[in-house]
Order: sequence, then structure tokens, then C-alpha cells
Amino acid sequence: MTDDGRPDPDTLLAQIHANDARAHRGRLRIYFGSSAGVGKTYAMLVAARKLREEGVDVVAGVVETHGRGETAALLQGLAALPARQIPYRDRVLAEFDLDAALQRHPGLILVDELAHSNVAGSRHAKRWQDVEELLAAGIDVYSTLNVQHLESLNDVVGGITGIVVHETLPDTFFDRADEVVLVDTPADELIERLATGKVYLPAQAEHAARNFFRKGNLMALRELALRRTADRVEEDVQAYRIERRVGQVWKTDDALLCCIGPREGAEHVVRGTARLARQLAVSWHAVYVETPALQRLAGPARERILQTVRLAEELGAHAAVVVGQGIAQALVDYARRNNLSKVILGRSDGAAWPWQPSLASILGRLAPDVDRIELGQAVPARRRPARTPSDPGYDDASGNGPWRYASVFLGCAATTLLSAVLAPYFELANIVMVFLLGVVGIALWQGRGPAVLAAFLNVAAFDFFFVPPRLSFAVSDVQYLLTFAVMLAVGLLTGQLTAGLRFQARVATHREARSRALFEAARDLSSTLTTEQAVDVAVTVVAREFRADVVIYTLDHHERIIAPAGEQPGLDLGTAQWTCDHLHPAGLGTDTLAGSRWLYLPLKATMRARGVLALRPREPRLLLVPEQRSQLETFAAMTAQALERLHYIEVARGATVQIESERLRNSLLAALSHDLRTPISALVAATEMLAGSRPELGAQQQELAASIRERALRMADMVTKLLDMARIQSGEIRLHREWQSMEECIGSAVHAASVLLAARPLRIAIEPALPLVECDGVLIERVLANLLENACKYTPPDSPLEILVHRAERELQVRVRDHGPGIPPALKEAIFEKFTRGHAESATPGVGLGLAICRAIVAAHGGRIWVEPTHPNGATFVFSLPLGDPPSLEGADELLPPATPEPR
Amino acid sequence: MTPMPVALVLEDEREIRRFVCAALEAEGWQVHEAATLREGLVQAATRRPDLVIADLGLPDGDGVDFIRELRTWSGAPVIVLSARTRENEKVAALDAGADDYITKPFGLAELLARTRASLRRLRAGKPTEDAVVRFGDIEVDSPARVVRKAGREVHLTPIEYRLLGVLIANAGRVLTHPFLLRAVWGPGHSENTHYLRVYMGNLRQKLEDDSARPRHLLTETGVGYRLLTDA
Repeated sequence: MTDDGRPDPDTLLAQIHANDARAHRGRLRIYFGSSAGVGKTYAMLVAARKLREEGVDVVAGVVETHGRGETAALLQGLAALPARQIPYRDRVLAEFDLDAALQRHPGLILVDELAHSNVAGSRHAKRWQDVEELLAAGIDVYSTLNVQHLESLNDVVGGITGIVVHETLPDTFFDRADEVVLVDTPADELIERLATGKVYLPAQAEHAARNFFRKGNLMALRELALRRTADRVEEDVQAYRIERRVGQVWKTDDALLCCIGPREGAEHVVRGTARLARQLAVSWHAVYVETPALQRLAGPARERILQTVRLAEELGAHAAVVVGQGIAQALVDYARRNNLSKVILGRSDGAAWPWQPSLASILGRLAPDVDRIELGQAVPARRRPARTPSDPGYDDASGNGPWRYASVFLGCAATTLLSAVLAPYFELANIVMVFLLGVVGIALWQGRGPAVLAAFLNVAAFDFFFVPPRLSFAVSDVQYLLTFAVMLAVGLLTGQLTAGLRFQARVATHREARSRALFEAARDLSSTLTTEQAVDVAVTVVAREFRADVVIYTLDHHERIIAPAGEQPGLDLGTAQWTCDHLHPAGLGTDTLAGSRWLYLPLKATMRARGVLALRPREPRLLLVPEQRSQLETFAAMTAQALERLHYIEVARGATVQIESERLRNSLLAALSHDLRTPISALVAATEMLAGSRPELGAQQQELAASIRERALRMADMVTKLLDMARIQSGEIRLHREWQSMEECIGSAVHAASVLLAARPLRIAIEPALPLVECDGVLIERVLANLLENACKYTPPDSPLEILVHRAERELQVRVRDHGPGIPPALKEAIFEKFTRGHAESATPGVGLGLAICRAIVAAHGGRIWVEPTHPNGATFVFSLPLGDPPSLEGADELLPPATPEPR
Repeated sequence: MTPMPVALVLEDEREIRRFVCAALEAEGWQVHEAATLREGLVQAATRRPDLVIADLGLPDGDGVDFIRELRTWSGAPVIVLSARTRENEKVAALDAGADDYITKPFGLAELLARTRASLRRLRAGKPTEDAVVRFGDIEVDSPARVVRKAGREVHLTPIEYRLLGVLIANAGRVLTHPFLLRAVWGPGHSENTHYLRVYMGNLRQKLEDDSARPRHLLTETGVGYRLLTDA
């Protein structure tokens, strides 16, 4: 934001980019309603029919009429796309046929129920992703949506109605829609429609649905829909304001930080923050802090947290998992690093015990300048349990539980034995130290849980075996109670501390391992010399790091995927190609073809995709962890860079070969030119000497010598033309462009042809004040010379010639006009071909290369050459050259010293 | 009687060398031959020629190097023999100090016309600054700084006058674009060939009968310009 009311340049730039992207994209209109039955599909169809009448190519992709007669009637006469039949388990399900729609490429397509989940085995998991692809292909889409399907309102609606739907649409997608049309029906009318059976209800869900359509619910939903639409309208106004620079522009650096807690309800905080961020029109971050304590959470709980992180990502957040000792400190560090001024917490993220300070208050102490916003708890809704597989492998990482706890008992027994040996020689106070040492040792080896157990066991053992009365838990002296308490406390504390240290050490080890793996991969990739080597290195590294089967596809020259030699089960070339074309990951854990067991990542380099990395991890869960994912993406990026580097090496090598062969060709042509011309020169010279020799030759011999000379000169000319053509053919026409005056070119061509022209009348008419034209003077003179030569060759010696130059629009046209026999219309094009001559059987010498050379030279200048008839007889050859912007003559009339004497 | 002028022919092709030598001898020259660059330099140093005719493609080096070497101690006119489509080569030779060029294959008449012109320039010596120069119906009166065509005064701009002055001082010689640009506009303008095109056009408009078919201010396409005073 700037003080003078100008929009932030970054914001404007983003908007320009958005406009650009939108120009090629199709437009999306969403018919948005508070619940089923308000008439969204009906409204969509009415609008579509109107467009069709205006001549737009409208196709119904999917339209659900739910047996409603009025709606079905509207559908009549609209072209419909046949559904795709997908076998699913033992049934065949009908699904929207995306590929057919892309193939058909209509102007507008109707795709009902935007939040629909596609049948497993479709390309995308959700219908809105199909729509996204349609829009990307430049097809306009009309679709429909109910308010409860919006991701951020999903739990709110669940709270109101008690029914949670699982088909949701990310808000970002909704907000990107070009238009949202609110279809609104008052609650009473809707209930009446329901009563008259105009609203579709599936039989099995009838009871639940009846419950849903209570007046209170409907009114609440209607309010939500109205408010959400109003939010969007507000956004449009904002967008308009940016565009028109009306008033002040909102802040862009005031982003929110959402804390994802480990408990249930974190989703609520995420959704709440998403709503808030949208209302404030700011970007937001979502962070989960993993502390040692949270690392020990059970698998399902971790799974849920990761799901929440992904939800935040879907809702448009920058999501991250941060590892740290304390939640508050990690949050503050993150907020400072990313310049975030507001932290959003859930109320449940408080303290475990009443006397512990809440997270909010710790944050307040650590960072007094950061705003804290606490969100209320979610209304508990009936929810299906998360469908996540239980996973035993996610507990504390070191070894299996029973053995660890058994080792605690062994450790305690060993401590006790040692103490028993030492007891006769030392005070009891010192024996306590031995027991404490035992706890520290166990904490170090086995972690926190065993350490707690060891603390208790050691206290018990000390009491039982050493504190009088021995072999009894009874205590004679009260002061030992203090010893026990201190011992327990010290044991627990050291256990906690050591476990923390262990955790830190493990995190450091992991981090180190990750950077070492990256470093090694970078080193290995940079030393590769061929694409195959780079692919081998990348496959090995990724397979080792991610314990996965890995395949890397490279691209051919047409950017098509090259199928690898070996066959891997489940791999799909089509998906790989899609990934490469869209630069978007697909398969496992993504939005596209999530059912696949393979994950396809595009190898994105600076310029474009260089291939696709496909991997099937043995533990798919690993890829859900953001760090692992980013590690994988880093590997992919490195591989892509390596492939790009190798590609350019290949290009450079190709260029070297080409330069070398060009050099060879040039020297060959030069040698040929020299070897052919020298004997001809000698021949010409010899005849001239013959003609001038003494005693003088007889008339007949003179004539012979002249004839030999003339033939030799003609041969020289032919050789010149053949070599010119060879140069042009080899693509070696390199223009030496300069700003030339056409008058000068013509003057010099005419001067060169003066012998040929002899006394023939020649008129030169050049339009006055013509601009300079950028061309290769030597070659253009060659064109003029060839045209003049032709004109002289094919017309009677005394027939006049004309050279006319004038300007036409943005080009200069030069005409060489003769009054000879003319060119037959059938040959108008053919005469510009090689070895074609206007009069095949004529005795006029030549090989028919002159015009072909002219055409090649003129074409190289970006001009045209053609022939027109001359009235009443004859031919006019015309060539044109594009006119550019000649450089200025500024400074050309400045006379610099030393000045010559000036004219008066 | 003027002493016999001395010419050196440097050409590696025997037939052409023989032809050129014969032609020059018939014109009254004393001719020496050389077939290699090394031999050419020795001959030029010992014979002190009044004219050198040199081929550019020599078996042991580049003719341009020969001219550059020769120019360090001799002012004798040099005519270069070169193939067509080798404009760069011609410009290089002219910039190295050559006076003229003939494109192969060439005829007797053309060769002799060039050698005669060179000899005449040699005999006449450098045109003095204060002389009145006449060619065709054009008269350039340097002391009075007046240019007349068919007796009528022609007004030239200072740049046009300077350009004409440079051409007259080097009449008959081919002057390359870079040379003219340096001489008229000074260093730093050697790329602005369009200046030349425009000012040369202006000069032709003012001095030639038909600017499209000039008789004095000739274009040597791809190389430069030449003022022909004896046409």
C-alpha cells in the first residue's frame, strides 16, 4: 500500500497476469444456491438456451434433471454429450466424459453439480478438476453448486443442519469463477415445493432429508448463501477498485498465521482462518509445530493432522510443518520469518492443566507485538470416522515397545545389584546417586516413557532393598520420604531432558541425512555427461531415499514421452504425458488420478518440462509429510536441471557440427569457384591476345577468336549463377543488410549492364523522395542485373525497356518492363522455378537459373517477386522490398574540424 | 622522353600472369613477374615498380598482407585482381592501401583502361588544393570555393562540399565506405553508411545530368564510390 493512493505494483502485476491467463481460458459461471431444489439447474438451462438461440455452440455435458419434468423439457433440443460408462466393482457407472468434451470443444458446456466426486478410475478425483481442465482448454462452463458443498462452510452447515456432506469444493476454485449467479428461493416456497414433490429426494435418505428441510435450517442456509455471494461481490468490487485505482487498496503484507493444533477441531480453525483471510483479503499461512511430545502421537492422530495441513493447502494457505521444542517459540519464529502480524488459535489449544499458561498467553509474552485471535470451538457435528488405515509404524521410532520396557526392568535390576555391592561401603545418600544415574542412562538409551517407568522402579527398589526396614516398602524414617520425592522428581526431569536431547539429535541427524542426500545427488548429477547417465543417477538416488520403485521418462524432440524399455506394473504413459503437458503432478496423493499407486511428478526446468519422474513408494504415507514431499520435489527439480543442462550440451554440440560442416561447404564452394573461373579467365585472356597478335589474324580467325571469347564469358556467367544457386540452396544466403538507396542500386546495375544494353532505349522513373531501404546492395544489384539481362535476351535489340520504382503501402516496388513477346499466363509461376525457361526451344543461351536466384534473394529479404503483362505486349517483372524505419540523419550535417574550405 | 614505366605483376596463375604481362609490355611497360608473396616483396623492393597488379589469393599468404607491407615503404598504385562476390576482400585490400580492383574474369580493354588511369594519376601527381578541377561540364574552383555546372553556380552544403573534395583529391581511386565516412564525418561514424547514401544521392542530384545513370559519381556496389573525371 502506498500513501499516495497508487496500487501496489505487485498487486497490479498479479492482476495483469491473471487477466492474461484469463484471456486464453474459458469463462466459468456458477449457479449458486442455498440448497437442493432452489432451481439452479433450471436457471442454468434457461440461460444456456438463450445463448444457443444467439448462435453459441452449447453442449450439455452433465445435467441432472432428477426426474423433474420442467427441467427435462428445457434440456430438449440441446446437444448432449453421451456419458462415459465406467465399470466399478460389479456395476457400471455413468460419468461425465471429459475427453469427449475436450475433443468436441464446444463454445459452452453445461456441467451440473460442481462438487460431485468422480467414480474411482476417472482422471480426476473431483468434477471441479474436470471443469478446470475444460476452462484451461478455452471452453466456457456453466455449473451449479449448493452452499453446503463449499469447503470453508462445510462444517458450519454441518453444525446447523447436523448433516455433513463429503463432496466439497475448494473455496479458491469458487472464488476464481468469473461469475456467480445466486439462485434464491424463500424458505416457505421451497418447503411448499418439497410438499408438492417438486424437490428430488432419494428414497433411502428421505428421513434425513426431511430433517434437513426444516424451515430454520433453510433460512440459515439461505443467509449463508447470501452472505457468501456478498463476500464475492465484495471481492469483485475490490478487484474493480484495484483496476480503477479507486480509493485505497488493501494491505498485502498483513497475512495471517493459523496454528494447527494436534487435537480434533483443528480443521475448524483452518476453515475459520480461511474465511477470515478472505474477508480481510490477505494471504495466510498454516503451521503445525511438531514437538517431541507430539511426535509420539498415535498414527491416526498424526494422519488427521496431516490431513488438516493438506486441507489448509487446499483452502489456499502456505502450509508448513515446523519442528521445534516449544510450540509458542516455533510459532513466533515462523511468524517473524514470514512477516506475519496476526496469529489465529483455536480455543482448545489451551493448556492441559489449569495452572499452566495457555499457548495464547505464552505467545503474548514472547511476541507482544503480534495480534492473537482466538476462534471459538466448533459445533460438534456427526461425522463419520476418518477413513484412515491404522498404522503401527508411526510410534516412537526406536525399536519395539515390549523390549524397551523389558530392558527397563533389566536396567533397574542391574542398578540394584550394583548398589547392593556398594552398600556396605557407602552412605545411603550416595547409593541414591547410583539409582539416579540408572534413570539417566535409561532415558538416554530408551527415551522418555521407559525413563518415567525407571524413575518409579528405582524409587521402589531403593525403598525395598536399602531403606530400613529392608525388604519392605515401609519407611521407618520420615526423612526418606523427601529422598523419594526428590529422587522421583530428578528422575522424571532428567528423563524428560534427555529425551528432548535425543529428539533434537534425531531431528539433526535426519536433517543432515537429507542435506547429504541432496548434496550427493547434486554432485553425481553434475558430473553426468549423457541423459542416460543422469536418469540412472536420479533413479538410484530417489529409489534409495524414498524406498520406492522409480521410473524417469525423458522427452523426444516433439515433447512426447519416450517409453522406457522395462515394463513396470501399473505405470501409465498417458498419465505421464498429461503430467508433462500440464506441468502438474498426478497419481498417488494428488488431485488427479489419486487412485493410482504411482506418483507422477513433472521434471520442471527453467524453460519447460524435461520429463516425468514416476515413483511407487513402498510406504505411500511417507509422501504425505510435507518435508518429504518438498525433498522429493527438490530431487525432481535437480534432475530436471541436469536434463536441461545435458539438452543444451547436445544443442551446442549439434551447433558446432553444423558450423563445421558449413565452413567445409564454404571452402568447397570457394575452391570450386576459383578452380572453374581461373581457366575461363585464362581462356578469355588468350583469345584477346590472339585477336591483338601480330601479324594480324585473318577475318575468319578474328571471328573465331571473338566467338571463343564470347562463349567463354558466357560460361563464366553460368558458373557464377550455378555457384550462386549452390550457395542459396545450402541455406547460406547471409544478408549483409545496409540502408541502401534504390536509385544507387539501379544506377550501378545499369552501369554494369551497359555493354548488354548497348544503345537500347532505357527509361528510368523513380518516385521522388523515396526512403532508404534496408537490403543487401550486392544481392539486389544481382536481382536487377538478372532481370535486365533477361529483358535484353528475350526482346528485340531495339525495343525499349523501363525501370520504374514506386512506394506501395509499406513496401517498395521495382518494375523492369519490356515490350517483347511477354510471358504466357500458364508460365507465370513456373518461370521462377529452377531450370525453367520462358522459351524452351529458343536458341537464346542460358540455363534458367536467373529468376530462381532472384526469387531466393527477394524472399530472403522478406519481399515478393512476380510477373505482370505489359500493355499491349511484353512482360513486367516486379519485386518488392519491405520498407522499414531508416535511421535518422541526425548529426550527419555537423561539420567537424579540420574543416575544408567551405563554399560561399 | 619519359623513362619506361616499371610494373610488377603478382599472380600465381601462369596463364593470367602471362596474359597480363604481355598486355602491359605491348603498352610500353617494363614488366617483372612474381608468383608468390615472398617473391613479390623481393621484386617490389629491388625493382621499385611504378604500378603493382596483385592477385589476392596467393599460395603462401594473403594479397592484403602484401599490400599492407608494400605500403610501409612505397606509394606506387596497386590494382587488385579479385573474384566477384568477395566484396569484403576488396574492401580489405582497398583499406590496406590498394587503389583499384578488377573483377575476374576480366578483359584486356578493362585492364588497360585501369592501368592507363593509374599511370596518368602517377604522372600528374597529387592534385593541388588550389587548382581548378574540371570534369564533364562540372567545374570545382577550390580557391573561390565555388562549384559550377554548365557555367551555373551550384549551391552545396558544407558536408556535400567536403565529400566532393575528398572524392576529387582521390579521383579515379575506389574509396571504401569506411574511408569516406572517416574523411568526411570523422572517426566514430564509420558505421553510418546511410549518411553516404543520402549525401551521395544529393551530390548526384545536383551535379549529374541523370542521377539514376551517373557518369562521374560511380557506385562500386558493396565496396564504395569512385569519382571518374575522365569519362
